[in-house]
Amino acid sequence: MQDKIFKALLIVSAIVIPVIGGGIIYSLTLDASGAFEHFGFWNFICSDDWVTTAGKEKYGALPFITGTMLTTGLALLICIPFSLPVALFTGEYFRGKKIATVLATVTDLLAGIPSIIYGLWGFYALRPIFMFLNLSPQGSGILTAAFVLAIMIVPYAASLSSEFIKMVPADLKEAAYGLGATRAEVIRRVIFPTAGSGIFSAYILAIGRALGETMTVTMLIGNTNQMPETLRTTGNTMASIIANQFGEADGLKLSSLIAIGLILFLITAIINLIGKIMIRRAQHV
Amino acid sequence: MKKLFVSMAVVAMGWMMASCAGNNKNGANEETVELSGAGATFPLPFYNMSFEGFATQTGNTVSYGGIGSGGGVRNLKDGIVDFAGSDAFLSDEEMKDMQPVVHIPTCMGAVVMAYNLPEVKALNLSGEVIADIFAGNIKKWNDPKIVALNAGTQMPDKDIIPAYRSDGSGTTFVFTDYLTKVSQNWKDKYGSGKNVDFPVGLAAKGNPGVAGVIAQTPYSIGYIGSEYAFAQNIPYASVQNARGEMVKPSTESISAAASGEMPQDTRCSITNADAAGAYPISCFTWLIIYKEQNYAGRTEQEAKVTLDLLQYMLSDSIQKTTTTVHYAPLPEKAVKQSLENLKAVTFDGKNVIQ
Repeated sequence: MQDKIFKALLIVSAIVIPVIGGGIIYSLTLDASGAFEHFGFWNFICSDDWVTTAGKEKYGALPFITGTMLTTGLALLICIPFSLPVALFTGEYFRGKKIATVLATVTDLLAGIPSIIYGLWGFYALRPIFMFLNLSPQGSGILTAAFVLAIMIVPYAASLSSEFIKMVPADLKEAAYGLGATRAEVIRRVIFPTAGSGIFSAYILAIGRALGETMTVTMLIGNTNQMPETLRTTGNTMASIIANQFGEADGLKLSSLIAIGLILFLITAIINLIGKIMIRRAQHV
Repeated sequence: MKKLFVSMAVVAMGWMMASCAGNNKNGANEETVELSGAGATFPLPFYNMSFEGFATQTGNTVSYGGIGSGGGVRNLKDGIVDFAGSDAFLSDEEMKDMQPVVHIPTCMGAVVMAYNLPEVKALNLSGEVIADIFAGNIKKWNDPKIVALNAGTQMPDKDIIPAYRSDGSGTTFVFTDYLTKVSQNWKDKYGSGKNVDFPVGLAAKGNPGVAGVIAQTPYSIGYIGSEYAFAQNIPYASVQNARGEMVKPSTESISAAASGEMPQDTRCSITNADAAGAYPISCFTWLIIYKEQNYAGRTEQEAKVTLDLLQYMLSDSIQKTTTTVHYAPLPEKAVKQSLENLKAVTFDGKNVIQ
């Protein structure tokens, strides 16, 4: 009897999550259809209009898709020189040593800091520096947001990459050393080719995190709805436009915001799926 | 095991039904009722304070959800609230597809021009200059137009960084409503609304967001709700009013903006008001109720208490407390007119108060 109840409970709770997931996609699609029908799917994605004046309403997602792509891409570029050395440090050079454990723990701790804290730090500490260095005239913008995003995704990229670096078989490395290879050569010729797809997947998952980050970006990007002209200017991402304008939105505008949400959902899902597939491949090597 | 589940469920159900029955009993009680309203967030501190006072004085509780003016009016349309709060009066068009409503102004506020100029102690602006700054036509602080208004002050040779609201807001509405009145260029290109497509500057969420950006960004300027700016001691500019006077926003100068002519239904914008000593970017905030109070199964008692509440809000003692939470009291004329308007409210066609 107890066994049966347990099994039934297990099945129910296992089904609940996919049902909720399906429900989210369904309701997003349903609510977004208004905007897609009114503007046309491709037109909505490719248009850079964001006119909220009643009667002249026109919405397009391009400035926000661009903003998301720019901040995420830039964050990834900035994140690599920080995260890859950490991964090599903890996974290869000082593997198993106390200092590596300390460094790995500190890096992992970064992942646990709430995004609002990163936002505050960026707003009060980083913005004045960016203004002082004249990297950005008003301190806020794509560059500032991307820089803080980069720091936020370092732990995701570093700890996973480090795991894959550790998984490189010792006999491969020893064979290379036996042939007279230096440590740098071993890293370049043995570790990177073997752990490559794993490291790649670590960065894909880090991208997935950066894509949807809302609070930090909203505080730092300047929240303007025009197409960003340079990296120094302000902009908006898909997540931040929703956070900013959801409150008082209704009708076509609400539908357009939900449509942007759906696009973000799909992009994030695809990126994560690619990451998962790459990890599976890497583990089978 | 199974028995335990069943008995627990029975106990839970019984408890829920008992508590429901309890609520019904309270609702049927003639003496106290629970009113609910929703809408504008701008007057929230004032409403919280006076609704609490009303509850202790009469025993009738009032709950108010700060969901934004648009949401409040939508709730009133759906008949799920007793009153809606709104920073913008309903247009003739909006009133067309609703039962007749009564607008009751409750207090006044303003939009102040907050700035961050390390070298400058006091700043004077005119409507035209503000419009030009936010349209991107005036780019430098030492622009001749700004210098002309600030004789004797050395204006810095720095780029102006305008800051505005990224979220939909009544503050943006009042500010842009003013700009459309003082600048033809602004009216033609950008117009007024809760969301306006500002061509230059950077945006932040909420009054605290804009205030934070200004405090942290030298040579920036932005607009902030007076209730927030007064409470936080943010430096703000004097603005030239319709009579050419330079006026600093204060509870007196805001009240003065409503001293001019006023339509009988109190639906009017008082930005750029033609009155002596008036701060030009001032505004009312309203509570909106249906003229016929019998809707959505409401009782006569509820209608009576709703009107009691509005009379209470208009009373001298409550109007005096507006300044303690950084709003401005209504001028006497507006209070008189509103009390008169309340007399027209009916329940089942009969007047509720005489």
